Amino acid sequence: MDAIKTLGLTKKYKNLTAVDSLDLSVRQGELVALLGVNGAGKTTTIKMLTGLTRPTSGDALLNGKSVLTDLPAVKKMIAVSPQETAVAPGLTVKENLRLMAGVHSLPGDTGRVARLIDRFDLHEVADKRAGKLSGGWQRRLSIAMALVTDPQILFLDEPTLGLDVLARRRLWDMISALKGKMTVILTTHYMEEAETLSDRVAVMKSGRLLLTGTAEELKRQTGTEKFDEAFLRIVKEV
Amino acid sequence: MLAFSKRNALEILRDPLNLFFGLGFPIILLLLLSAIQANIPVALFEIGRLAPGIAVFGLSFMTLFSATLIARDRGTSFLQRLYTTPLTARDFILGYLLPILPIGLSQSVICYVAAALLGLRVTVRLLPAILFTLPVALLFIALGLLCGSIFTDKQVGGICGALLTNLTAWLSGIWFDLKLVGDAFQKIANLLPFVHAVELERSALLGDYASAFRNFWWVLGYAVIITFLAVLAFLRQMKKQ
Repeated sequence: MDAIKTLGLTKKYKNLTAVDSLDLSVRQGELVALLGVNGAGKTTTIKMLTGLTRPTSGDALLNGKSVLTDLPAVKKMIAVSPQETAVAPGLTVKENLRLMAGVHSLPGDTGRVARLIDRFDLHEVADKRAGKLSGGWQRRLSIAMALVTDPQILFLDEPTLGLDVLARRRLWDMISALKGKMTVILTTHYMEEAETLSDRVAVMKSGRLLLTGTAEELKRQTGTEKFDEAFLRIVKEV
Repeated sequence: MLAFSKRNALEILRDPLNLFFGLGFPIILLLLLSAIQANIPVALFEIGRLAPGIAVFGLSFMTLFSATLIARDRGTSFLQRLYTTPLTARDFILGYLLPILPIGLSQSVICYVAAALLGLRVTVRLLPAILFTLPVALLFIALGLLCGSIFTDKQVGGICGALLTNLTAWLSGIWFDLKLVGDAFQKIANLLPFVHAVELERSALLGDYASAFRNFWWVLGYAVIITFLAVLAFLRQMKKQ
């Protein structure tokens, strides 16, 4: 069974079609990068897959559960790390992790929080308030918060946006370590990030899915040597 | 819902400005006006009349606390992240409303304790007076939920921090006798809940429960209506997100 299967997934806002009949399948444990220029429909797609917005037509099945008819079951198996910082600023790093455990009715004082602090190397800031941390630390915490529940499907919306090279590389290592353990959908504007991290990429433009494949396949299809050139050719030609 | 409520309480209590305006400022006013009263006696500022007024005025800051918290959460992706969790609309609304009630109640207790130290007679009537602050607190917290669901955090600062606290002060009869301003002003003030909140507290403290309940229904009525409107506004913004 596919981890994610969208069936003609469509979202319209008055005269604008943000996502147009999207048919996309993602296998269990796969990391798929959703690429596209601004307004391609990536964020709207994630919003529909996570139940934040209801599709105008079509459906999406997450591990067989429909976002239209079985949203509570979908919410139990997913986690999201949004594009902007999404932490409680007045709480410490530990308290933020416990909060996420609490809202999922999981005990926050078992080994769960300690394991995440280890895994994301958050020891030195564990007792600091999240609002006082740098952007890199906050982003790291934000992803750790998404992993508190050991989700089956993880959505990372522009996880390294605005970070310096060092912080970005550090996050890449952390995201790479998730591969195979859970299904990950990643949106990014950094081509190098998509090429390095993803098993497959899906390119969107004006709400439509243009192509899916590995970075190598896309380079071959477009006859280019670099992945960012392949991406540009795809979005310019169609 | 408990984890979310706890988070909201911590966010409010860890903000030093909230502590100053919620606890420090009403006590400073109580001390200042008692000092003035000691030198130039004014009936309105006798501790038995002043303390209930300050207790209500202090609660008006609950609007600022709740509205700021909600507006800030809406301004970041934090709420969006929580909308993808199993928390329901009911969890969000109660999670914002409930933890601020004990903060309001504690504030009233501290206000009356300070008033007792300044000469307020400690009688059993203090207990119902403190309990009657609950609907008043609900009224102000619901106003915060309403404003926080509609306005941005910057707008909330002006509307709830400046405008609403001033309106509460002017239209409640805490600082001046409403009759002095004229019939029209008094009629408008009587149609609003603030003066009833103060009279509810003053009557409870005097043991005049007939008057207390007359004012209680006004306050409770407004609290219920504003809570209802706040829930609608919150659900609307939740759907928009």
